[in-house]
Amino acid sequence: MPITDGDTQGEVGLAPAVVRHRHLLAIDDLTRFEAEALITRAEKFIPLVEGHEKKKTDTLRGRTLINLFFENSTRTQSSFELAGKRMGADVVNMSVRSSSVAKGETLMDTAATLNAMAPDLLVVRHGASGAARLLSRKVDCSVINAGDGTHEHPTQALLDALTMKRALGRVEGLTVAICGDVLHSRVARSNVRLLSLLGANVRLISPPTLLPAGVRDWGADVFTSMKEGLPGADVVMMLRVQLERMQGGFIPSQREFFWFYGLDAEKLALTGKKTLVMHPGPMNRGVEIDSAIADDKAVSLIERQVRMGVALRMAVLEALAAHGANEGPEE
Amino acid sequence: MTATFIAGARIVDPASRTDAVGGVLIENGVIVDIGAKAKAPAGAAVIDGAGKTLIPGLVDMRVVIGEPGAEHKETLKSAGRAAAAGGVTTMVVMPNTDPVIDDVSLVDFIKRRGEARAGVRVLPSAALTKHLDGELMTEIGLLAEAGAVLFSNGDRPIVDSRVLRRALAYSSAFGALIAHRPEDPFLATGGVAHESALAGRMGLAGVPAAAERIYAERDCALAEITGGRLLLDMLSSAQALGPLRRAKEAGVRVHASVSIHHLTLNELELNDYRTFAKFSPPLRSEDDRQALIAGLRDGLIDVIVSGHDPRPPEEKRLPFDEAAFGASALETLLPAALGLYHAGDVPLMDVIAAMTSRPADLLGLDQGRLAKGAPADMVLIDLDAPFKFDAEKMLSKCRNTPFDGRLMQGRVVRTLVGGETVFGG
Repeated sequence: MPITDGDTQGEVGLAPAVVRHRHLLAIDDLTRFEAEALITRAEKFIPLVEGHEKKKTDTLRGRTLINLFFENSTRTQSSFELAGKRMGADVVNMSVRSSSVAKGETLMDTAATLNAMAPDLLVVRHGASGAARLLSRKVDCSVINAGDGTHEHPTQALLDALTMKRALGRVEGLTVAICGDVLHSRVARSNVRLLSLLGANVRLISPPTLLPAGVRDWGADVFTSMKEGLPGADVVMMLRVQLERMQGGFIPSQREFFWFYGLDAEKLALTGKKTLVMHPGPMNRGVEIDSAIADDKAVSLIERQVRMGVALRMAVLEALAAHGANEGPEE
Repeated sequence: MTATFIAGARIVDPASRTDAVGGVLIENGVIVDIGAKAKAPAGAAVIDGAGKTLIPGLVDMRVVIGEPGAEHKETLKSAGRAAAAGGVTTMVVMPNTDPVIDDVSLVDFIKRRGEARAGVRVLPSAALTKHLDGELMTEIGLLAEAGAVLFSNGDRPIVDSRVLRRALAYSSAFGALIAHRPEDPFLATGGVAHESALAGRMGLAGVPAAAERIYAERDCALAEITGGRLLLDMLSSAQALGPLRRAKEAGVRVHASVSIHHLTLNELELNDYRTFAKFSPPLRSEDDRQALIAGLRDGLIDVIVSGHDPRPPEEKRLPFDEAAFGASALETLLPAALGLYHAGDVPLMDVIAAMTSRPADLLGLDQGRLAKGAPADMVLIDLDAPFKFDAEKMLSKCRNTPFDGRLMQGRVVRTLVGGETVFGG
């Protein structure tokens, strides 16, 4: 059931977005039209998220959403949880500690167990690239990738695009500089795909050791210095430096990284224009971003990203749920 | 003793560069006559070879089994059945078992166990270093006397160049063949795919081709200064062929093998995170594959191996990062290799040579050829028969193959080891 919030008939965003696939595993699963429909639809949910209207709908009443997180995440998990609950779904959170048992075994065993419970929507985060796709083959419900290894995090990219659209009125034609640890970043991979799809000019700025092989074929302009990459950027998106993935000496030290690639007021001024700052969180203050920037409401969209996250995920849940409830495996 | 006669087959024998229709007479497990004039004596059992192609039984220089230590993956018996079905009549089994084959008694165990249970010929290879830990060389001379035909450190490259140098130097006194996987383990750490735009996009950690080239350079240099016999084990990249070519041209005793997977598949198989296409070394780019094919064609690459590495579902049905490397390949080696001939990439004679006479020559074996006096190990194949490979029908204990459902051409009709039919018929 579509939300009725007083919109006039036929207005864009009134109806749920329509997507062809029943899973959302990667940005490549979406066409430009579908991505734009999701973003437009999400805009309709913003008043609910921001508390200006009654906070709940019953679009997903009777549906079950399972949050299956093999990696810790406060932000993404609670965002999906809130999105589900605001739409009337029953939400179950499962945090799987991947310690004693081999991780993969846990994934497949858990998939079988969960499938027997016949959920309608399964949100999964896992430390291995491709894990969400593997899972999607083993279950009968819609699977949403909430981050798989260093591969993709499609809802993060969608909410980032939504945030830009709300702040700057458009995505097409914007110059977006994505800075930091691109190599280990699923957020960067999803954003390069989505922002390019939506017509933005994407730049990547990273030390050479944190650029993936073949990154120059991604369709983004690649820089190894902030001085060269930042001028003219409308948005600077800082990536989290994955401290836990830093064994292996990709960078000499945190302070050297901050000196050359961390964002402070001085570097932000390199853009030569009013530039907005984003970060998928959680931030390492003083490693990739200076607190003065992160907390400056005039330039930082970071809090706004979190709010947009719930609205965007509502649009995604709604669109995937339209593919029908889980009727369970055929006997 | 009854004689067996194979009549009217197209005989393809790379050792003598023969390709002609004829008969083969087998007595006491040995070929006693061969050619257009060979006749079946009275009372001989006659096998009709008309319309079929007869080639020497394959000599597969790289077969991983689970015996001893992981019999749930593969035993000598199950591997033997799979080998027979795949036209492989001699298997060189790898030493990376549990325990590691680094002791005379273990070589003896494999030999006796293989003779008793496999149905095809089993030749042990022995560990090059104790426990494969790359530090202390094994008793190469004694192990060779016990029957080890090859020395290998399995999938673990020797990092300490001095250890490899001494092993190559010492083994040269016995003419032993050292198979070594050229891969810089530090560059390869954590890598699960070919380092490329595709892997970067998929979020998979890559192994750069340079990891192979660097060690290939080093290993060739060590072979050169020691005079040892080196086999670069399972090359995967175009880059590594440079040092190989230079070493060969300089007269260094260096050879190379390539797995059937690297000749017939490329990194695009990884699409959708298919773990059955996860190999070490990784499947590389199409350019690499083409370079390997060219290397095979011009003789730079000596040998095609199956790289048979059986893995049960619990090791493969995992997220890509966590899944095991390798494929069960004894049953796909021949049809996949014949695909190179059918595609016009490599002449039939050279494809067959790389799996028969060349490995036999490297190992100093009498088999791998169809000639008077040679062991009667041979495969009768329907060279052109198309079929769809069905993993469900595999005889190996593990069915982890990237070829499931693939259309192939060239079917094994009958396999003989020492004149006895071990498959088909």
